Amino acid sequence: MTAFPAAPPVAEPVPEWGRLDPRMIVVKPLNELIGLLPLLFALVFLGNVETWRIVVGVGTVALIILYGLFAWLTTKYRITDAQVELHTGVVFRQRRAIPRDRIRTVDLTAKLGHRLFGLSAVRVGTGQQERQAGEGVVLDAVTTAEAERLRQVFLHRPTTAAASTDGAEEPAAVEITRLDRRWYRYAPLSLSGLLGIAIAVGFGMNLAGELNLRFSEVDVIRGLFGWLSGQSPALVVLIAAVVVVLLSTVASLLTYLLQNHDFRLTRHADATVRVRRGLLTTRSVSIEEQRLRGVALHEPLLLRAARGARLNAVTTGLGLRQAASSLLVPPAPRAESHRVAAAVIGENPTSAPLTRHPVAARRRRLVRAVAVPVVLTAALALLSAFADWPAGLWIGAAALIPLSVLIGLDRYRTLGHALTGRYLVSRSGSFTRRTVALQRTGIIGWRVEQSPFQRRARLVTLTATTAAGHGQYAVTDIGESDGVRLADAAVPDLLTPFLIRE
Amino acid sequence: MDDGEWRLRAPVNLVSKRAVVQWTVRAAIGWIVVLGGLGVWHALGGPDWVGHVLAGLAVAAVVHVAVMPTWRYRVHRWETTPAAVFTRSGWINQEWRLAPVSRIQTVDTGRGPLQQLLKLATVTITTASAAGPLKIEGLDESVAARIVDELATTTQAVPGDAT
Repeated sequence: MTAFPAAPPVAEPVPEWGRLDPRMIVVKPLNELIGLLPLLFALVFLGNVETWRIVVGVGTVALIILYGLFAWLTTKYRITDAQVELHTGVVFRQRRAIPRDRIRTVDLTAKLGHRLFGLSAVRVGTGQQERQAGEGVVLDAVTTAEAERLRQVFLHRPTTAAASTDGAEEPAAVEITRLDRRWYRYAPLSLSGLLGIAIAVGFGMNLAGELNLRFSEVDVIRGLFGWLSGQSPALVVLIAAVVVVLLSTVASLLTYLLQNHDFRLTRHADATVRVRRGLLTTRSVSIEEQRLRGVALHEPLLLRAARGARLNAVTTGLGLRQAASSLLVPPAPRAESHRVAAAVIGENPTSAPLTRHPVAARRRRLVRAVAVPVVLTAALALLSAFADWPAGLWIGAAALIPLSVLIGLDRYRTLGHALTGRYLVSRSGSFTRRTVALQRTGIIGWRVEQSPFQRRARLVTLTATTAAGHGQYAVTDIGESDGVRLADAAVPDLLTPFLIRE
Repeated sequence: MDDGEWRLRAPVNLVSKRAVVQWTVRAAIGWIVVLGGLGVWHALGGPDWVGHVLAGLAVAAVVHVAVMPTWRYRVHRWETTPAAVFTRSGWINQEWRLAPVSRIQTVDTGRGPLQQLLKLATVTITTASAAGPLKIEGLDESVAARIVDELATTTQAVPGDAT
């Protein structure tokens, strides 16, 4: 028998280590500095010009620039057939390797500094849930063309990667939805403006205190306060309310513009859906459709009152920490969110009719809502009777009781669940009503919880665990028997051996 | 399944009887730290209310240490089948957990100092969910080892990470 010479080993070209784009030496400090600009400005130019202010200012800038340089020097990445490797860390060196077939989502984000230089940061989401910040793989940053190439390489499986990397042009995309200018009217309803004002005011006051700024020495402000102190308290409250509403409206419109400008949701030939949005910071998130485990419809109270809603994807790779990346539709008409949900997951579970929960659940909602104001009222009433506290306090607290009854009733009204062809649907919450449609095949376990009160009311809280999104989605206060039957129907045969008939 | 009233049954297996000792000792240590701290404060002339709080907490501690371990022992149960792992835990609030064997990622055993002394082990079963692992606490060492072996054999046969 002739011995054939052994075949020469297949010479796999070992991929070169790539570095981030050298422009990052400039861009990273620039991005940090843009954020710090108001602070530095205030530090150096407001108040008295003192040497320490300038030293601190210049020192901060120098540190940030040096850090940018070292961050660039210490970061390198390469993409082999099997995995993505990333070495990072100035002080703490980190080496990370992610198997390529575990990549579920790719998020390209370009902040203002990035965009000036045509760069994008690439964030890769895997099936593993991130338990700490910074566990994910982020290439911050590469050129936009390289980012596009990486997106295609990452989301195609290795077999097709070679073919697709040659074609630089965009694969065919079908538009599912895009920003409608009329959606801006939902912006002020998201309370993000109010929050922004609160943060800005708090931050400003703190800063002013730290830097010894004396607003009372500015004539305009002194004049304003002088005038206000001459008016009746009711008028002052009214003026303050109007100012806050105006400011928060402007702030939330601005936020909406910054985050959702040019929003587009498209479906691509490589079986991904892609969300693009942003004015200064642009974001482009690709989600593998096969890994899309469902959608979550969010209706905060005000938005709900105006028949608006926002839609998020429930997918592996985008958990709690990546809430911004999982957005599918920004605050928009609810009907549009329903339509997009149906278009993306091929069914319409978010608008499916829901089964209500037992009346015992209403009692629990009411008791929980009312308990706090009742206890508060009782405590304040006792204090006013025995410790001479003003009676107005407990009367004010008592006024909250009817309001909390309404909240409790609404919390019960929103409770509901349903089982559609492929989805388990669950809804709850009053201030932030959330309807989650979770793919039944994406459920990887169950948790059933029961407190003594629930046991007496024959209720349970049924939680489906999943690798996607938040990792767990609850059906709160469902009837004991309904709960186990729902779980048994959602994932057939799994629970059956552990059930008994009463 | 018909329309009758159904509920989850208890998993078949109890944990080791020595788990009661483990829970008792652990609870007692926790209370000794708290009560000891308050006691020292009281002895060094803390305000009057420290004495009242101390007395109240001491009663709670006695009840907790006397009742909780045996109550837990009645609740904590586990069961493995070729298809799934099924556990129940808690005492006042109770929790049933179910994970299909096909979705299990890792199975570990852990033993704290107290558990080593009592020859007990905790089996931790993780899935790809962020909802946290299933834990079976207070198992006899040999039983824990057997569970790990069984599950390792069955999970190896299933490909993919089910994410």
